[in-house]
Amino acid sequence: MYHYTDFDDAFLKERNAQFRAQVERRIDGSLTEDEFKPLRLMNGLYLQLHAYMLRVAIPYGTLNSRQMDTLAMIADKWDKGYGHFTTRQNIQYNWPELRDVPDMLDALAAVNMHAIQTSGNTIRNVTADHFAGAAADEVADPRPVAELIRQWSTDHPEFQFLPRKFKVAVTGAKADRAVIKAHDIGLRIVKRDAEIGYEVVIGGGLGRTPMIGKVLYDFVSSEDLLPTLEAIVSVYNLLGRRDNKYKARIKITVHENGIEDIRARVDARYALIRDQFTGVDQQMLARIEADFAQPSFRKADVTPFHNTYQHDPLFRSWADTNLAAHRNPDYAIVSISLKAHGKTPGDATSRQMRLMAQIAKRYGHDELRISHEQNVILPHVHKGDLPSVYYALKAEGLGTANIGLISDIIACPGMDYCALATARSIPIAQEIATRFDELKLEHEVGPLKIKISGCINACGHHHVGHIGILGLDRAGVENYQITLGGDGTEDAAIGERAGPGFSAEEIIPAVERIVLAYLDLRNDPAEEFLQTFRRLGLAPFKAALYPEAPAQKVRENAA
Amino acid sequence: MPKPFTPKVITANALLEGDVIYLADNGWTRQLAQAEVFTDEAHADLRMIEAAAQTGEVVGVYLADVTLEGSTPVPTHFREDFRARGPSNYAHGKQEQF
Ligand code: HEM
Ligand code: SF4
Repeated sequence: MYHYTDFDDAFLKERNAQFRAQVERRIDGSLTEDEFKPLRLMNGLYLQLHAYMLRVAIPYGTLNSRQMDTLAMIADKWDKGYGHFTTRQNIQYNWPELRDVPDMLDALAAVNMHAIQTSGNTIRNVTADHFAGAAADEVADPRPVAELIRQWSTDHPEFQFLPRKFKVAVTGAKADRAVIKAHDIGLRIVKRDAEIGYEVVIGGGLGRTPMIGKVLYDFVSSEDLLPTLEAIVSVYNLLGRRDNKYKARIKITVHENGIEDIRARVDARYALIRDQFTGVDQQMLARIEADFAQPSFRKADVTPFHNTYQHDPLFRSWADTNLAAHRNPDYAIVSISLKAHGKTPGDATSRQMRLMAQIAKRYGHDELRISHEQNVILPHVHKGDLPSVYYALKAEGLGTANIGLISDIIACPGMDYCALATARSIPIAQEIATRFDELKLEHEVGPLKIKISGCINACGHHHVGHIGILGLDRAGVENYQITLGGDGTEDAAIGERAGPGFSAEEIIPAVERIVLAYLDLRNDPAEEFLQTFRRLGLAPFKAALYPEAPAQKVRENAA
Repeated sequence: MPKPFTPKVITANALLEGDVIYLADNGWTRQLAQAEVFTDEAHADLRMIEAAAQTGEVVGVYLADVTLEGSTPVPTHFREDFRARGPSNYAHGKQEQF
């Protein structure tokens, strides 16, 4: 865990005091809304459909029990007793009142947390693999470098008014659990001979024009990383389209200029600025790395795990879906599902937050992570403790065995909260989860990712869902468009549009038809949905989706 | 030909709480049912100017379409329906009052 310095503490204090004064001046009328809005957005405060919304960064998804307890306290004291975890490793509070927000920010600062750069056209919260520091397949822990990037980018004077928001994600493993190819910059830690370096991917992004990132450099050494990042963002800052906000992301810059042209410009910029990086960043990185030292793992008996696994089928089912391989064979990585069937994906009550904090403290070396899939991770749990952990979670509605399955849906807030939404997302997720729970097909179907957004901005990652659902307003009625075959992993792909959209009543049966078609079409139960889709393409799924429509009509409507 | 003026209400968010509010005969209300309904365009424009000037109390003033059921305004678009009722995922926020 990164330890704040006196500098960090003083910086947050000063920043919060500034914002407190700005809020007071807004309330007493000395600031107009036009003057105040950019100031509140610089502190993560939005005005949404029904209330303000405060977005708090959880850098690279990492937090400890004290921080989680504070998130729970804030939910109780200044919100409605819950928080919403997002795909960008943030927590959003949906109901704060304007005059309380400075107090909320002070409470966060007391545990080294803040809402800086969670909005605006700046470098946003740096995200990372939620299994960081624990995964068996990891080359190196991505969090120290993510922290270095956070320090470099926070309040960076050149990068406060970029053409558009800018998102960086880091993974330390070959398996991409950070969706790096859908980010403005995606970094993958790689090893060349014995040297650790970075593959640099740029120009990915979802939204209106979804694109998969392209490799800019296949190996950048550790000393060259920050100068390279600085060069990339500088080039984008100059070249990025400011005339049209829909064309402002770096994905468009890369698309319009070509990756070779961008590489030449980044090289030139790098040559100019390289000397400013004197190596201090490497000293800082070394200090940060020490903060992320691995916990001292316990030696203990693992037989309680095997005994419970044999005797309790519910525990077995949970263990089979919600555990991942830890680098220490006596340990496991636990994914806690925030997707209980019928509940709002990503929401946790303050009680649940406190319980997760307690469990992390008692059984998890005091570490928690937030995943981009809106779940919570306990990265280091000794196998002998897993039964205790499971029964404790289950008692608070946190024992759902569905990680990676059909009800483990990402859903953006949609029109239940979001001012930009054109349709709802959450109720669709709730209904799909409930329906497949009733059908008792979920485990039979196996790994399948459904992702839902309530507008074209694609906060719910629908383009990279195996089944993606996009809610739209069609003549004053909610309408849902399906894409199939998206993938957010190292084999990233943008889903293909299946055809005309469905009404809110039709969308659940439509998803059911796709899933039943898959069960029919798969070679055997080991062939996952995405594999079947890749083998057969869109056609058989389209036939299942539009059984009534003659082929001709489907083509016309889709055009 | 200009489009005929259809019934509307004036809506905004409250500065302090962020709540959805509507302009009523005397000040702002949180209940759509109590909102003043405009059927005359010139009158609506005038009230919009008054409402938008209250920047110390409200944020983001605009006109929203409604239809009349008896004399009660009802939203014509689902977005305004959610603004009036609160989130639909479970009963909290405004839904608790219904
Ligand atoms: C409710 C308040 C929110 C607002 C106003 C908002 C706004 C936006 C906008 C305007 C974009 C498009 C930006 C562009 O392409 O230039 C966007 C994209 C995105 N947002 Fe949100 N969002 C909200 C909530 C969320 C939540 C809750 C999540 C996570 C669950 C999220 C994650 C993302 C992601 C992953 C993208 C698209 C990926 C990309 O191209 O970078 N946002 N959001
Ligand atoms: S995808 Fe659209 S509706 Fe959903 S949270 Fe993002 S901006 Fe709001």
